[in-house]
Amino acid sequence: MSQIAEADKYSNLNKTVMNMLTRPSFGWWSIFIVDLIFLAFGIYCFIYQVYTGLGVAGYSHPVLWGVYITDFVFWVGIAHSGTLISAVLFLFRAKFRMSIYRIAEAMTVFAVATAGLFPIIHLGRPWNFYWLLPYPNQRGLWVNFDSPLLWDVFAVSTYATISTVFFFIGMIPDIAAIRDTVVGKTKKVLYSVLSLGWKGSNWEWSTYTRAYFYFACFATPLVISVHSVVSWDFAMANTPGWHTTIFPPYFVAGAIFSGLAMVITLCIPLRKIFKLEDYITMENFEGMSKMIILTSCIVFYAYLIEFFVAWYSGNKYEYDQFLYRATGDYAFFYWTMMFCNGIVPHALWFKKIRNNLVILFIISLLINIGMWFERFNIIVISLSKEFEPGSWGLYKPSWVELGITVGSFAWFFMFFLIFVRTLPALSIAEIKEILPVPRKNGGSNHE
Amino acid sequence: MSENKKILAIYSYMDLLIDTIKELRSKGFEDIRAFSPVPSHEIEDALDKGYEPSKVKYFTLCGAILGACVGAAFTVLTSLDWPIVTSAKPIVSVPPYMIIIFECMILIGGLSTFLGLIINSRLRKNVDPIHYDDRFSNDKFGILVTFDNADFEQVEHILRDFGSEELKLDGEILKEKVVEPEPLEEATEEPPTQEKPTEEKESDS
Repeated sequence: MSQIAEADKYSNLNKTVMNMLTRPSFGWWSIFIVDLIFLAFGIYCFIYQVYTGLGVAGYSHPVLWGVYITDFVFWVGIAHSGTLISAVLFLFRAKFRMSIYRIAEAMTVFAVATAGLFPIIHLGRPWNFYWLLPYPNQRGLWVNFDSPLLWDVFAVSTYATISTVFFFIGMIPDIAAIRDTVVGKTKKVLYSVLSLGWKGSNWEWSTYTRAYFYFACFATPLVISVHSVVSWDFAMANTPGWHTTIFPPYFVAGAIFSGLAMVITLCIPLRKIFKLEDYITMENFEGMSKMIILTSCIVFYAYLIEFFVAWYSGNKYEYDQFLYRATGDYAFFYWTMMFCNGIVPHALWFKKIRNNLVILFIISLLINIGMWFERFNIIVISLSKEFEPGSWGLYKPSWVELGITVGSFAWFFMFFLIFVRTLPALSIAEIKEILPVPRKNGGSNHE
Repeated sequence: MSENKKILAIYSYMDLLIDTIKELRSKGFEDIRAFSPVPSHEIEDALDKGYEPSKVKYFTLCGAILGACVGAAFTVLTSLDWPIVTSAKPIVSVPPYMIIIFECMILIGGLSTFLGLIINSRLRKNVDPIHYDDRFSNDKFGILVTFDNADFEQVEHILRDFGSEELKLDGEILKEKVVEPEPLEEATEEPPTQEKPTEEKESDS
């Protein structure tokens, strides 16, 4: 960045963002088409399941929540660090968030859009999904507000709405910048409508910055509440392995942990492809790596304390459940999770590793895998060995479930691929805030 | 009334813009609107008193209160509408309802903040496109001054002296650039120290 003349930094940033929105290359199209093929396979699996019945989904008696609910929790978790980076770090005035928060926020919106599919896919009669919503009906019945599953409906739909609006609000000034530069009538009209007539006058900025602040204040407790509510889906039941008070903080930390890993997974290739080295700097990766270390420690602590409490409580069912996790049929999943989430992130204590993007990328992938397994362990292992030995049983995901899971990744990446080509993936206005203000008479950037 | 005119001055540097605003305000021109690609406290400070603080906070507060009330009313009234005991809990069991109330508060509070943003910044007589320049979202700053026609000379003078690169009177370009430096003594007691009304910025890559 130092080579760019001070006065040109602003216009260079605009140029960089505009360059991302040019006509997609052959490479982009090939990735996109491969992605659509995977998505088509996922859709095929879903249609097959709807026609044939939930039996194709590997569910067997004691384990009636499987991969779909794992996917749901996984994707909601991925969503969380987007809001963390955009809202919580905004309130803490962490500067390293500026250049990555748009990508993280987009990830949030698309991850929630993916997560929202799974409770519906998981239904035996998915066309009746609207029964979850409280609406006046002929029978005069209302939903059961005491049920954690209903809290989930409210929490996740609120989260989806608020994070989408927050995402959009953040983009308004940047869309206006695109509107002012873009050529082509259709594009001009489209971006003009989306920019809501933004002109960047002082009145707009003062209203905007305040509204953004209030939104961040809303989003911060929301992000904590949503994953707490998701954890209550489990913790409110008396199943051994689920029924613990540690679940909400454990889930929130885990969500942020996995989400940060996903942001790194997305940012590293994006930075390379679009040559964003001037904006997404090593400082950003440093910041994220350090937060990964922190959240990894919280998650690892939760893994250990679960064991301790299971032993210390003297509750035989709880204790046996945890022993089974570590030594039973699913021990491989358990130890993979322990390795990926508890051990691997500690490599990031070393600066050399933090600054090596290839290793960082691999670590982030391992964390994603580990966090998927974490949800799988919590859900499946706990259900497969509940109280009565007579009802114990094993569960193996079917190809339909795995197909839909792969399809969900394709669904997520489809949105992301479209996003980087149509909307500003870097926040123009916010990055300008950390660039030096152009001044004729010198002086430093005030802050 | 018909005498009112609007002049738009474009700058490359924020400090020149702020000096100009201060000078204009010291001369009694209060109807000033500034454009910038970034939010800036300096500009806000230079323009203070000219504008009351944004009203968006009232939208946020009212939305949040309304949302909490809606959440409370919804859970309680629907439970009473079909009273059925679940899990041996009271018909109106407050602790689980707090979650719904909280989510409704955030939802409606957030949406009304968005509404407040739109109402307060857009619908409030936004700037006419002829008084806007596409470069404001890129790397230029600008001010739009509304003044009485009789003061035209004075305003133009101040704007030129303080280093504006381009002036547009009611959308028409007055001149491309300040060609010749006019070191006049009139613009004397400007509070900001440095800037002599010197030549224009020369290296404009």
